[in-house]
Amino acid sequence: MLKDVSFGQYYPVDSFVHRLDPRLKIVFLIAYIVALFVASNFYGLAVCAAVLLFAIICSHVPFGKVFRAVKGVLFLVIFTAVLNIFFYNGDAVYWNAPAVLWEWHFLRVTQAGIVFSVFLVIRLVLLVTCSSMLTYTTTPVSLTDGIESLLTPLKWIRFPVHELALIMSIALRFIPILMDETERIMNAQKARGAMLDSGGLGKRIKAVIPVIMPLLLSALRRADELGDAMDARCYMGGKTRTKYKKLTFTWRDLIVFLLLAAMIAGVVVLRIYLGAPL
Amino acid sequence: MRIQAEHLSYVYNEKSPFAARALNDVTLTVEEGEFFGIIGHTGSGKSTFIQHLNGLIRIPSSLKKRKKYKSDTVLRVGDFDLASPKTDFRALRRSVGMVFQYPEYQLFAETVFDDVAFGYKNFAAEKPRKEELEDAVRSAIEMVGLDYAAVNDLSPFDLSGGQKRRAAIAGVIVTKPEVLVLDEPAAGLDPLGKQEIMQLLHRIHREWCKTVIIVSHDMDEISENCTRAAVFSEGTVKYVLPPAELFVHTDELRELGLDIPLTAKICEALRRRGIEISCDFTADDLVRKLLARREGIC
Repeated sequence: MLKDVSFGQYYPVDSFVHRLDPRLKIVFLIAYIVALFVASNFYGLAVCAAVLLFAIICSHVPFGKVFRAVKGVLFLVIFTAVLNIFFYNGDAVYWNAPAVLWEWHFLRVTQAGIVFSVFLVIRLVLLVTCSSMLTYTTTPVSLTDGIESLLTPLKWIRFPVHELALIMSIALRFIPILMDETERIMNAQKARGAMLDSGGLGKRIKAVIPVIMPLLLSALRRADELGDAMDARCYMGGKTRTKYKKLTFTWRDLIVFLLLAAMIAGVVVLRIYLGAPL
Repeated sequence: MRIQAEHLSYVYNEKSPFAARALNDVTLTVEEGEFFGIIGHTGSGKSTFIQHLNGLIRIPSSLKKRKKYKSDTVLRVGDFDLASPKTDFRALRRSVGMVFQYPEYQLFAETVFDDVAFGYKNFAAEKPRKEELEDAVRSAIEMVGLDYAAVNDLSPFDLSGGQKRRAAIAGVIVTKPEVLVLDEPAAGLDPLGKQEIMQLLHRIHREWCKTVIIVSHDMDEISENCTRAAVFSEGTVKYVLPPAELFVHTDELRELGLDIPLTAKICEALRRRGIEISCDFTADDLVRKLLARREGIC
């Protein structure tokens, strides 16, 4: 039941995308998000969507899985769309006389509003899909490796990059363990007749205590044990540590890098030549 | 209550790369009054099986899903038909107590009394009267061998390891379930603690719970205590036999990656030297037969 949480879950298959350098994938995601906001018309978005579609096909992650991530933010998407339909009336520069389709007090639906909200919805969906593709195709460990490597320059200003990466990877590593633990504790309390999913709000909050308390205790216990285990192996942090898996930039990464550059160039060119939004 | 499972199958995370078949066509009957043992490797399906017994894992009830399973699946616990979606799972859970591995990690309340009372209050039809609740909690705490006056006001986290486990067991048996299922009840205890827990279970079996089912890795525990034992492997049941007949299959058990009791090992070593001893693999019986044998020789 708890394992159905889809956001940020690794999908274990072997593919071109899975083998890419995590650093490149992180840079790709950032650049992709920037490109989404640079794109000023549907052609620009179409280019971005095509690239993402291509990436999904190459990654062997089933489409159903990918869209489950979108389902998670469905409310946000709909909320944005509705808000824009009713309140966006078109930019005066591009829409000299916004064609009003429907009006009621302060609510006004214009053609520009509808087009713009469709535009926003596509942008949001692409954004969420691309982010979840990163976590579907990259293990948490290599993700933090990538982040650590990308943040290395910050060491110059004495920012504890290695420690930050360690905290992140421990946190990520423990999510599934704590989820299992939660499920186990929930089962134990259900076997003692706890009604965890019925009753009013007050009752439900009270019903959570028998699960939260043992979970908290076990998390603290685990933290203690992990600390001891690290001490026992003389863990001293940063500096002299080497990596088990060295990150290397290969021909695959070069191809994707060129693709990314081409995509951004395409989006910029489309913005300059076609300019007008929509 | 009689427990009857026929053609029971279960798959975790169906239709995902994590799909794992946990139970495959399991058929098993546990009679009322038994002290039943379940043996198996990690991942053999034994935990999945016992979680079926009080509806923590349910048989998919929609027709579409059931078609994929064997349609002749039967799972009955006493009068409860667990294959039917209309089953009263609350009543079922009241009659089938479940003690998970390391039950001390389920303690949460401020006092031992509150923690033990938790299950009783949950299952009570209406709010129990104070004396009634106190009676039930007192007898449960005394049943597990703790001193009621000394512990009832303590925080459960101030108890020692063995006491915590007893308190947690009290929290399950407080409703006097007819069937008590325990997953590795003696795990992580020292030899004396193990022995005490097993004695405690026999007492509960005699006085409160008609049927006791234990899951265990420890073959000595099974051979010493159980009337019958089922061997799970890769989601199927390989044997259901009394220990005296089960541990004759030493080679087969080893092939399944399982250990055999110390008594069986001794018998095996003696047999290799040409001394045939047939015993029921309890330590007492083996010692008696060995002594009798020595007297015969001398």
